[in-house]
Amino acid sequence: MANYFHVFLTFARNSLIRDMTFRANFVIDLISSTSWMAINLAFYTLIFRYTPAIGAGTGWAKYQFFLFLATGLFINSLVQALFMTNADELSELVRTGTLDFALLKPIDTQFLVSLTRIDWSALGNFVLGLGLMGYSMYQLHYLPGLVQIVLYPLYVLCGIAIYYSLMIALAATSVWLGRNQTLFDFWFYITNFSRYPMEIYRGPWGTPLRQVFTFCLPVLVVVNVPAQVLVRPVNPQLPADWFLPGFALFATVASLLGSRWVFQRALRSYRSASS
Amino acid sequence: MYARAATWWTILRISLEERLVYRGDFALGTLMRFLPIVTQIFLWSAVISGMEAAGSGRQIVGYSYHDIIAYYLLTMISRAFSSMPSLAGGIARDIRDGTIKKYLIQPIDMLGFLMLYRLAHKVVYYTVAAAPFALVFYLCRGYFSGWPGGPTFLAYLAALLMSFLLGFFLEATLGMLGFWLLEVNSLLFVYMLLNFFFSGHMFPIDMLPGVWGTIVRQIPLEYLAYFPAAVFLGKVTGSALWIGLATEFAWVVFFMIASRVVFHLGTRHYSGYGG
Repeated sequence: MANYFHVFLTFARNSLIRDMTFRANFVIDLISSTSWMAINLAFYTLIFRYTPAIGAGTGWAKYQFFLFLATGLFINSLVQALFMTNADELSELVRTGTLDFALLKPIDTQFLVSLTRIDWSALGNFVLGLGLMGYSMYQLHYLPGLVQIVLYPLYVLCGIAIYYSLMIALAATSVWLGRNQTLFDFWFYITNFSRYPMEIYRGPWGTPLRQVFTFCLPVLVVVNVPAQVLVRPVNPQLPADWFLPGFALFATVASLLGSRWVFQRALRSYRSASS
Repeated sequence: MYARAATWWTILRISLEERLVYRGDFALGTLMRFLPIVTQIFLWSAVISGMEAAGSGRQIVGYSYHDIIAYYLLTMISRAFSSMPSLAGGIARDIRDGTIKKYLIQPIDMLGFLMLYRLAHKVVYYTVAAAPFALVFYLCRGYFSGWPGGPTFLAYLAALLMSFLLGFFLEATLGMLGFWLLEVNSLLFVYMLLNFFFSGHMFPIDMLPGVWGTIVRQIPLEYLAYFPAAVFLGKVTGSALWIGLATEFAWVVFFMIASRVVFHLGTRHYSGYGG
């Protein structure tokens, strides 16, 4: 385990050196990703000029919703920084047969192909998230209690694990399909559902949609559960309040195991390429 | 004259055939692009319910919930006309790597060639995308209050056609700044960002308050998404409609001339090296 951590640190260091070699490019990447988010923030600020809350009685008023956004920023920026480039690269490894080299190394292949390259510029949004969180908490005069301080980072990690599982499972299918461009579009469109509080999905169409994306493909718990833990502290008196956080833990373990299974199956079908 | 027409026809035919190669992927991709609208439907429903609960009515700057969803769907049509994927970037790349020489030494007008190429792209796009568009509009027919009257519909068609021309000449002009700047990617990113926010792609621009509302009316971006959609929904009528159409026409003429001038000056400035 300690060895794996050491390897990860080496990957992180190498990626940073590589990013710093092309510093101007790094700065441009940083500005691009944060300005997209700034545009989104401007849009939400505009929405809150007209409505006091996203959904009647949901509790997602302006600064509560901004805390939700900050949570989404943490999770998305970490997933992008750690896994996105690597998952994207996997289909190329399969297509060119370079995956052979990863298979030969005395280290877990999934670990190796998932973390080789770390995109440091994606962490710009993490910093933006910290700023947004600090500002929103200041506006709400809110200081998290011990339960939140312990549970929030835990559920952020769960969210990252669920997203990672989905991403690596999709990327692994490139072994069978040869390419994965459409699948990455699929990833983008599916995770799009988790950008907003789950309470907005209601009514005859919304409720089934919410259930599918909570229990079948658990993308809705990714941002919602940590954000709810922070914004609407779970009340230990009511067992029902513990249901979703409890389910999120189960979903995390199930996603990780499921994606591991898909990845292993994909490796078994890998037939190499080229000479 | 006949020879020239034959040349243009050949260019158009070749471009059409090239575009039809991946039609299946194209149709599926178009349908997937509508997925984010599902999230928008629920988001705006939640926003309006939040307003209602606070007693702020059921409309945002004159747009009901149904109007907003219809507006989103219509901006997708506007964007199908006005967006020019990789036009500016392609011109800048041709300038940088010297491929632009082919237009300078052959008896073909670059802007005319690119216009026909783009036209072929759009014709194929509308042919293939017609079915997914029709399906989505049929499913969402409840959000529309019926077809607009004949004159409004004609004005809508005129606005759409001009949005195609405006998009083309605006982006071509931007791309040709590459004659001086060589690398225009950062500039194009800023343009894309502004376009996304101020063209009305994210929300009806009537929502913009104060000075922002004034600025957005002084720049041509609203004609790329907002204006045609607003005309269809009957939000722009009477003299405002005529003034809007005339202004859009003026912007088209302005950028048509600008692109010619930039091309003329740029080719004087250009130095091509190598084979």
